[in-house]
Amino acid sequence: MTAHNQKRTGNHLDPHEKMDIEAILENLENYRPPRKGWTWREVPKDGIKMGPFQFRDMSEPLKNSIGLPASKYFDQIDPQPTSVVTSEIASGRFEDDLRRMRMAAWHGADHLMVIRTTGQSHIDGLMEGTPEGVGGVPITRKQLRASRKACDLIEEEVGRPINFHSYVSGVAGPEVAVLFAEEGVNGAHQDPQYNVLYRNINMYRSFVDAAEAKLVMTAGKIFQIDGAHNANATAKAGWLVMPELLVQHGINCAYSIASGMPKEMIGLSTVPPNAPPAPKLWYDLPYAVALRDIFSEYKMRAQQNTRYIESDLDEAIRTHTIDTLISMLTSADIQSTITPDEGRNVPWHHNNVRGVQTVKQTWSALDGIKELVSLRMEGPLGEMVRDIKERALGFLEEIIEVGGYFAAVEQGFFVDSAQYPERSGDGIARDGQGGVAADSIVPRDPDYMAPVCAHFGENHLPDGIENPCDPIDGCTLCNPDKIVYIDELDPEDSAEKRLAETYPYRKGNLIRPEVEWAGDGTVLLQLMIPESEAYAREAGLEVARRMGMEDPQVINLMVLHPAEGCFLEVKGKVNFDIDRDTLEIPEKVELLPEEELREAVQKIGLKVVAGTVGEDEHSVGMREILDIKHGGIEKYGVKYHYLGTSVPVAKLIDAAIETGAHAILISTIISHNDVHRQQMKKLAELCQEKGIRDKVILIAGGTQVTTEMAAETGLDATFGRGTKGIDVVDAMVKTLRQRGEL
Amino acid sequence: MSEDRVARFEERRKKYKEMSDEELKTHFWALCDDIVAPVVDLARTHTSPSIERSVLLRMGIDSQTAHGVVDRVYQAGLLGKGAGHVLLRLADRQGMDVKGAADAILADKDVLEGLFGEVAQ
Repeated sequence: MTAHNQKRTGNHLDPHEKMDIEAILENLENYRPPRKGWTWREVPKDGIKMGPFQFRDMSEPLKNSIGLPASKYFDQIDPQPTSVVTSEIASGRFEDDLRRMRMAAWHGADHLMVIRTTGQSHIDGLMEGTPEGVGGVPITRKQLRASRKACDLIEEEVGRPINFHSYVSGVAGPEVAVLFAEEGVNGAHQDPQYNVLYRNINMYRSFVDAAEAKLVMTAGKIFQIDGAHNANATAKAGWLVMPELLVQHGINCAYSIASGMPKEMIGLSTVPPNAPPAPKLWYDLPYAVALRDIFSEYKMRAQQNTRYIESDLDEAIRTHTIDTLISMLTSADIQSTITPDEGRNVPWHHNNVRGVQTVKQTWSALDGIKELVSLRMEGPLGEMVRDIKERALGFLEEIIEVGGYFAAVEQGFFVDSAQYPERSGDGIARDGQGGVAADSIVPRDPDYMAPVCAHFGENHLPDGIENPCDPIDGCTLCNPDKIVYIDELDPEDSAEKRLAETYPYRKGNLIRPEVEWAGDGTVLLQLMIPESEAYAREAGLEVARRMGMEDPQVINLMVLHPAEGCFLEVKGKVNFDIDRDTLEIPEKVELLPEEELREAVQKIGLKVVAGTVGEDEHSVGMREILDIKHGGIEKYGVKYHYLGTSVPVAKLIDAAIETGAHAILISTIISHNDVHRQQMKKLAELCQEKGIRDKVILIAGGTQVTTEMAAETGLDATFGRGTKGIDVVDAMVKTLRQRGEL
Repeated sequence: MSEDRVARFEERRKKYKEMSDEELKTHFWALCDDIVAPVVDLARTHTSPSIERSVLLRMGIDSQTAHGVVDRVYQAGLLGKGAGHVLLRLADRQGMDVKGAADAILADKDVLEGLFGEVAQ
């Protein structure tokens, strides 16, 4: 057992230590959320200066974060969009999701949404404990407390509040709402239409329950997001249901207001409904504008399109980039992200991060776009916006005409794939007397009473009381000490049990790759097979098997040409562990700061001679080390004299003497018969013979060269694959300093 | 039939064409309010097992007990009184707290008999 990650999680996380999940699960019975309510990002109105740029449309940066890969060219800046950024995380084991939440937060997510386990919406009551989920997580008091507690630590580490989110829907909506309000959940989906249309929960039950749930959410300051976007994820032609989407948003908003929820707590879940190769903008932009006109007093949660996600991650990311562009051309209070692998598996850790990066990258690129371009409302855009609104109005009037909302649902008004008023007849029709929990609502008697706060509707409380909960001396919303915590109902199916099994991978010495759960062993192989699809598929699986991957499956295949070949991705599992203690970690060279290197180079007028040696015509690597274009030594002010390829070592030494070079740089790729080693040794020996060894710096590089070879060959430094110009400059400056020449 | 609907929409649309964007918006919200009004009424005057369990949770009853109690209250035809109301009344009658009353209902459903006088089963 090593001590590297054994520190107990106290009140803060250490960026160099793994999160201690066991410590998070301790003492949950006494956990209380430190705050309630939703938090928006802090956005300075005059913009933000970051690195060399003045950003116009960004929020305060994080205390700890990881920027986009290219941020290294821009002083490591990591600009954070003004909108809250969502990542959906639910692998089935919430204890493993906590680590993913931390990773997503470090890349800029501050709205972490947990999807429920399959079937939870049909469970008539609350779940307790921490059973393993399928396609999501069982939402329970223990799971919420542990997750919120982890969010408390993560938000402190990154320096920005995390909004924790799940779903108040299904047949137990009011109870889930109370649970969320008690446990400090910050945001939730709530939309009775979702229950009716997609979960076949009885329509009367769903709406009666929703009013109570919405009022409880209001008391718990839980931000609400609706479920209308599911219509374009479900309808066969998602891009035609735009008028209906306005109707669904409108009904949920109006119902929420009537239930006592203030407008600022209501968000619309909206998705750009189309995707390339369709002419996306001609559908998505008018829809986005129409929505923001009609719902100007509500918040927009802009989701990315899931309807057309296939197994190709890059395709999904490109569509999501355009989705984000549409948010920026219109508005988004919350920008949601979709993991680009949603079309092929339960999302993997790194794909949550990829989704967040898509938003961050697009937002940075298009910072302040509205100051540069504006939407042309005269012409087709304005006409299309108007058309959507008029069709939505017609839809609403027809609902009233047929006898109201419930009648309209019974007649299959919703999720029909034709553009209103056309009908395909494939809408989702529900029977008012049918569905889950049919016939389960009961009229309230004239003396009906519920002695608690945030209770909706008729309530005949005793006269003379101040608060509704006075008859019971306070409800749990007023006095959290009254909340009853249940730890586990089935200790065999619990987080603790699962954690015991994965302990060696999290806290012990064993390393195994993972994408979802600790120790899952899943790996992904990418390969190009120069065969037709049928052969490529089988060949890909065979390659994976021979490489030792268990249970290989092709999860993506792109035909490059019907006969010439395919790109494919094969996932599988490895069934071995790596002992951490057996790994030799090369000592990391701390490079001198770039500015310091430049100054040193300038001070001494550093110059070098260079060439590939022996019978070696490979010059690409050498050019990359030298040229300014590739970030080579020239970039730092080093003057070089390049002698070309297949240069004899002696010629290089003569050139160095002649030009007064401080260093000789050789590249040697061919390693047959150890020829690379011989060339390197020869360089050192000849310099020795000529009496200039202590006057020149000798450096060699090549694909088969390692840093350890310097000592054995008598050179000052040797470099292998992946070396950059800065590594070579750093080595030269350090050698000169050691020799007292700098 | 479908053609009738389309024709009716085209008729309505003539009216919309006369409206400004702002009027369109006002009309949209008025229609939404009209649609939800009867549904809100339904919610105001009805309750459900989940609502009643959520009341018991707020009264400090754990989820498992709340489930059992509401089932029994429902079976006894007393859900329309409010499950919280039932607990309070039983607690008052028997001189115990509401948790005690919940346990009493789980132990013996007959304690609900006659709690509100004549109740139709």
